[in-house]
Amino acid sequence: MADLPPPVQGPTAKEKKYDRQLRLWGANGQIALENAHILLLNSGPGVVGIETLKNLVLPGIGNFTIQDSSIVSDADLGVNFFLEEEHLGGYRAELACNLLKELNPDVDGHFITEPIETWLLNPDALRPYTLILATAPLRPEILARLSDHASAASVPLFHIHSVGFYSHFSVHLPPAYPIVDTHPDLETTQDLRLLQPWPELVHFAQEKTANIDSMAPEDHGHIPYIALLVHFLEEWKKSHAGKVPENYKEKTEFRTMVSKAARTNNPEGGEENFDEAVAAVLKSLNPPQPSSAVKEVFKTKECLLVREDSPSFWVIANAIGLFYTKYNVLPVPGSVPDMKARSADYIQLQNVYKSKARKDLAEVVESVRFLERNANRTTVIDEKDIEAFCKNAAHIKLVRGRPFLVVLPSEKIKWGDRAKTIAQSLTFPDSLIPLYIAFLAWDKFTATHEKDGLGGAPHVPGTSDPDTDATKLTGIAFTIADDLVKEAGASIDKDEYAAIKTQIGEFANELVRAGGAELHNIGALTGGMVSQEVIKVITEQYVPVDNTCVFDGIRSKSMVINV
Amino acid sequence: MDNKVEDSTQEDVKGIAGPEVVSRARWKYLDNFLTRPGPFTDPEAFDPGEAAIAGLERNKILVIGAGGLGCEILKNLALSGFKDIHVIDMDTIDVSNLNRQFLFRAADVGSYKAEVAAKFVEKRVKGVKITPYCGKIQDKDEDYYMQFGMIVCGLDSIEARRWINATLVGMVDETNPDSMKPLIDGGTEGFKGQARVVLPSMTSCIECQLDMHAPRAAVPLCTLATIPRQPQHCIEWAHIIAWEEHRKDDTLDTDDPEHITWLYQRALSRAKEFNIEGVTYSMTQGVVKNIIPAIASTNAIVAASCCNEAFKIATNTNPFLGYPEKDNYMMYTGDDSVYTYTFEHQKKDDCPVCGSGNIARPLTINPNTTLQDFIDGLAERPEAQLKNPAIRTGEKSLWMQLASLQEQLRPNLDKKMTELVEEGEELTITDKSFPTQFKYKVVFSK
Ligand SMILES: [Zn+2]
Repeated sequence: MADLPPPVQGPTAKEKKYDRQLRLWGANGQIALENAHILLLNSGPGVVGIETLKNLVLPGIGNFTIQDSSIVSDADLGVNFFLEEEHLGGYRAELACNLLKELNPDVDGHFITEPIETWLLNPDALRPYTLILATAPLRPEILARLSDHASAASVPLFHIHSVGFYSHFSVHLPPAYPIVDTHPDLETTQDLRLLQPWPELVHFAQEKTANIDSMAPEDHGHIPYIALLVHFLEEWKKSHAGKVPENYKEKTEFRTMVSKAARTNNPEGGEENFDEAVAAVLKSLNPPQPSSAVKEVFKTKECLLVREDSPSFWVIANAIGLFYTKYNVLPVPGSVPDMKARSADYIQLQNVYKSKARKDLAEVVESVRFLERNANRTTVIDEKDIEAFCKNAAHIKLVRGRPFLVVLPSEKIKWGDRAKTIAQSLTFPDSLIPLYIAFLAWDKFTATHEKDGLGGAPHVPGTSDPDTDATKLTGIAFTIADDLVKEAGASIDKDEYAAIKTQIGEFANELVRAGGAELHNIGALTGGMVSQEVIKVITEQYVPVDNTCVFDGIRSKSMVINV
Repeated sequence: MDNKVEDSTQEDVKGIAGPEVVSRARWKYLDNFLTRPGPFTDPEAFDPGEAAIAGLERNKILVIGAGGLGCEILKNLALSGFKDIHVIDMDTIDVSNLNRQFLFRAADVGSYKAEVAAKFVEKRVKGVKITPYCGKIQDKDEDYYMQFGMIVCGLDSIEARRWINATLVGMVDETNPDSMKPLIDGGTEGFKGQARVVLPSMTSCIECQLDMHAPRAAVPLCTLATIPRQPQHCIEWAHIIAWEEHRKDDTLDTDDPEHITWLYQRALSRAKEFNIEGVTYSMTQGVVKNIIPAIASTNAIVAASCCNEAFKIATNTNPFLGYPEKDNYMMYTGDDSVYTYTFEHQKKDDCPVCGSGNIARPLTINPNTTLQDFIDGLAERPEAQLKNPAIRTGEKSLWMQLASLQEQLRPNLDKKMTELVEEGEELTITDKSFPTQFKYKVVFSK
């Protein structure tokens, strides 16, 4: 026991409580959550917003605030889990806030019961919040005001519908929303540079495959497959004018060549390391070209023109862009998959990759420092951030956030540069664009109908006269569809268009059937989806929806639409 | 809390089933669907109004699991208008549950999940009755399961899923339509999950879909013993080899911090010896306990999807997943934008649980493997996943689980499969974890 390390510090109480999520977004993601203050503008039955908050309070967001001026009614008790019988007649915002706070003592909750119309008159009302959730029905001028704020303050804004069996949400992200830590699936995306090995890797392969034919069986069966592939690629090049296998046919031939080199005169009838080499041929022998989306990032104006106040993402992106221009490859990420190999050989191979990655990183760091000096930047970017960027350079993502559609009572919807694509995908089988159109119509209906002309609560379709409302809503939806097709200049086959209109009509009818009701299940499901998106947006990890998602709870299908 | 007020409310709501009609003001939203037909409702199946409401309230429903999914499921069913809910879970509450199992508080740590969850939802949603059972699903027999209209599963164990699936398929009596209990099952991992509906004997069952949830391949013992390369290899070595060697007489308790610390330190020094980096306490815990990352959001999505289907099945307010020859499976992926894939998983003729006859599934075996290798591999083969198999051919037993009988069969373990069975021969495999016989037809590779 003498050689055991000293006693360990076990996990802290917080690490224990959050263990299952820290394994996903790590300490950095958790800190980002704890610094967030989320505002929920709640309206309608109000379930989807509260369920979203539940899923954010549990993992420990810092603060939340609920704005809601409604009073708890009997109907709330049948659909909202965070209200109790004795709350009847009280403020929904206050009581739900209290019950949500019980879920996690680390979270601070606040509430506002002032009606949104007057509360928003204060120009600073929205200032404290880092992310805003707004649930329908909301008056269009309020939604427009929120959208302006989201643009001006670069605050992510979500607009959410949960109506009966259907739901929708749209997110308005800042115009440049870059993500480094996208969590790609490493098994399918590892970049091993086998087609462009650097001298140290070639040397490693030569060392491990020297005298490969006369090697003892034990040794032969433990050559790391990466060394095998580099070795056989050299062999291949000898008989192919110095070229590596380029197309599918050549790769298959190459694979056969590797496969034939395995020894089969052993009890197992084969060698695992050769099996691994064979399996890796098709997925690993690709030129290490970055995707066009990544190359696009290097060409954006934010990347090309680094300023004193550019976010560090652009400074690093510029430096990596320089690296790419110079070498025509990205920095080596530096990780190696596990493979059949002896411990020492594998560690040696790992070090070959790690030291190349360090070398590439050093070059990028140097460029970053140069850019920092040039742009007179006062803060120095942490080398850890540059390293993380280099490691995941092939998988970075840039989302171009933009305002979602706000339906105004007396204006046509303007689809702009998205009109064509959306009109085209109207006709795709299983397209849920007809459902999205029905939701837009629902907003239009709500914007043009008021409850008893009181000027307060909007009147949603289907509350009292479903038949009349269904006819109206369907009519509005048809007009939206016609306008879309017109704006796109699309020509859709007559029968096909009739079928699409039938679908729109069905979706509209089902929305009217709800009469503005939320079903708890759909509110909970949509709250789960939205909270996943909120977590992705706050932690700047994984890839968020860009920018609209609709869910059909009858067929259990969803669709993401870039509006 | 004023108990009297609570009691009188309870009585009022219970009155719904009796002649006294109480206000349904609370169910205003739900009633829009229970009393109005929609464009997709089947007029033959959906009778809006009183009948639909009564049908829902009569439906006795069983929830298996009161963890991350189970908490959500209980809440969702109570707010979907179900009145008589039962819940089974054998576990007690751990502090690491609190980041998502929202019916539990720090003060509940150590109590039974089923009990705490049932009490909480009953208190919050007036008029619902939730009956907990703190134990295993295997404790209960067919008579017990027969009382329910439907079963919703939120489990993290594939074994328990297979057991309840086989039990429900076995209960189907073609002359009695009530014996077919729809099974709705959810599962999650990180930002991903799935929800599926099985109509036992009619549609693809959990066993038909077994190969969609292949277990992670175990690291070969010789790698752990002689050529570790990854931090996980060092941890598995400490877990499987070092513990046996040094602390044989202590039963390893993965919840005991002292035990985890011991394993961590062993793994760390082994890693040092081989120049392997990256062993941490948290990784040790993850490997040893086989921890799957879990968050509230994903549980919410999958549980609500399951309950949405349960509600549609119970009420016919809209078409549901699992209708024969329609979609029965939804996959949800939330880590890269949002992607759902909803499809019909086809029933398999050679399914050992719901297959048409007793068709043997082909099982490819490397002719060089020994019976021991074959048994070890069975746990990992996606189409089998059997950990404690007893194996026989038409004529003889090759291996049994009963210790007294193993002695006699032990010499078989080192024999090659080619010495024990012939190409095309049928193997019958049983495993005490399942009430099913698995029949395979031997196919030797190459
Ligand atoms: Zn089956």
